[in-house]
Amino acid sequence: MTAMTGLRYVYAICRPFEAALQSQLTGVAGAPPGLLRHHGLVAVVSTVPERDFAEEPLRAHLEDLDWLTDTARAHQGVIDALTTVTTPLPLRLATVFRDDSGVRVMMETGEAGFRRTLDRLDGRVEWGVKVHLDPVREPETVEDEPTDAASPESRPTSGRDYLRRRRQRVRSDEDRWRQAEEFASRLHTALSGHAEEARLHAPQNSTLSGVPGQNVLNAAYLVPRAESEEFVELVDRTKDDVLGVPGVSGIRVELTGPWAAYSFTGELSGEER
Amino acid sequence: MTTPGRLPQPYGHDGSANLADILERVLDKGIVIAGDIRINLLDIELLTVKLRLVVCSVDKAKEMGIDWWETDPALSSHARREELAREKRRDELARENAELRERLAELEPGRGQEEDR
Repeated sequence: MTAMTGLRYVYAICRPFEAALQSQLTGVAGAPPGLLRHHGLVAVVSTVPERDFAEEPLRAHLEDLDWLTDTARAHQGVIDALTTVTTPLPLRLATVFRDDSGVRVMMETGEAGFRRTLDRLDGRVEWGVKVHLDPVREPETVEDEPTDAASPESRPTSGRDYLRRRRQRVRSDEDRWRQAEEFASRLHTALSGHAEEARLHAPQNSTLSGVPGQNVLNAAYLVPRAESEEFVELVDRTKDDVLGVPGVSGIRVELTGPWAAYSFTGELSGEER
Repeated sequence: MTTPGRLPQPYGHDGSANLADILERVLDKGIVIAGDIRINLLDIELLTVKLRLVVCSVDKAKEMGIDWWETDPALSSHARREELAREKRRDELARENAELRERLAELEPGRGQEEDR
């Protein structure tokens, strides 16, 4: 290899696989990922410039949301491409080594753990399922809106009336939230029954996800590829179920995937680090 | 085409995947390996970015039992500050307690000593 001037960014550890990666695939910093075989395992790596990925610049970059976004998407792009041809063990963002020999040492020290985890995850993918609760838009409860003269009812007639309406609104918000949580919990139980493992993640911020409303459930399910179609159908059916439930409005189910089994890599035990 | 390993069409992340979904996976999940470039993704500053962006509300997360960043001083400057503050409060309380006992002992010599023994 001539590219000894850069650092090595490692995306994933896999077992050797036959299929070629997409030819136009680019990794973080634009370089195409390559395979580094060692001890019967494969590390998927690309060269990244030292000026961006040495400790100091990397630390600074990670605080820059635009840079972080591009890097995260590129990282995920490579993992995604790998997921179509094998079962990768995705590494956390920004796992960087000085050179190939550093990567090899890492592969040797972690070998037992990598093999165990690769065996456990072999042929499985991760599906993400989220439940959102849409905000309610009831015009009569929006105080600031100019009130139509034709509907005097919509303006509180007294302080007591205002408080009564306010209490009602709070109560109905709470009811909706409770209904949504109950639905989410039933859904999670049902889906867990069709998955080998499940994880609950922190709910997402709608500003970042761009999804309106509140995120009630954010879960990940480990499902064998062969059973994925069935799992997806199950999620689709529950989407219809929720539409069929009267009195429950604004609950949405969102499915994402198939992802590499990010949420199920577990921890490699200390002695293998 | 219909190999047993065939997957359904990707949902929601065909190039336009939700950034929050990607970030929570590549930053929070996946195997952690100490590389030659020592960057701890749980570094305080980044953690605050993550909390601001990924977690919708601390209260909600706590409700769901997701509060590791709050309680682990190694992960959170806030937790560290809290811990320091707690220690300080404990010290202050201990001092205050001692002072009160002293005053009590002064005021009621017999009783203060009784309680102390």
